[in-house]
Amino acid sequence: MQSRGGGRARPAEGNGFEVFSWYFFRVSGLLLIFFAILHVVIMHVVNTVDEIDYAFVADRWNSPFWKVFDFLLLTLALLHGINGARVSIEDYVRSDGWRIVAMTTLWVTAFVFMVIGAMAIVTFDPAAFEAAHAGR
Amino acid sequence: MQRVYRGREGMISWALHRLTGLGVLLFLLIHIADIYVIGYGPEEFDSLLFIYHSLGFRLMEVMLVAALYYHAINGVRIILIDFWDGAVLIQRQLWYGGIIVFFLTFIPTAILMLRPLY
Repeated sequence: MQSRGGGRARPAEGNGFEVFSWYFFRVSGLLLIFFAILHVVIMHVVNTVDEIDYAFVADRWNSPFWKVFDFLLLTLALLHGINGARVSIEDYVRSDGWRIVAMTTLWVTAFVFMVIGAMAIVTFDPAAFEAAHAGR
Repeated sequence: MQRVYRGREGMISWALHRLTGLGVLLFLLIHIADIYVIGYGPEEFDSLLFIYHSLGFRLMEVMLVAALYYHAINGVRIILIDFWDGAVLIQRQLWYGGIIVFFLTFIPTAILMLRPLY
């Protein structure tokens, strides 16, 4: 199928991963309009970086709602972005050797940042620091 | 004579979509790394915040928001073109409409973001 002049052409049926990636791009993109822009508006328009510190984040992550919100934002944004970088590598990195280097770097980066991002949200426990502080 | 491909609005929108997308991804990776530090406790996290308060980083944040808004607006244009035949015929108008929406949303956001500076 030819490109219709907007983004990439939808890959041919039968190319399972590419078709999935094409749809994922569009669905995650629509969801990110909500998640990413709301995040920016809360953090930079309603508040500013001057209000944001450890206490601000601790207060926010007290609520399971914002933990889930941030986890979904992390997952969708990282996978959407990594998929974009993957398509860019497919387009611009031509030699087999550099492709292997680029793709390996890409997926290692995706894995590492998904893990540390998820750890930051899931294991966050301000009570542990308060207890340690009180114990001193 | 050398023939140069000139795709006009379609080509510019494509190139900007790539550029803004990769820019936002780069910021996202930095942002995941800085939020990871929160697990080390208040002193460690707050000691890094001077980076976010610096003038250079504030301006980069405004550029990040510009990239994000453009990417979101042009992303909607791409999806419309993909799934609606009528949009194919007006893709150029959709591009200019998107640029108008971009400035209408970005300018107030930038003014509000930089309010601690004035």
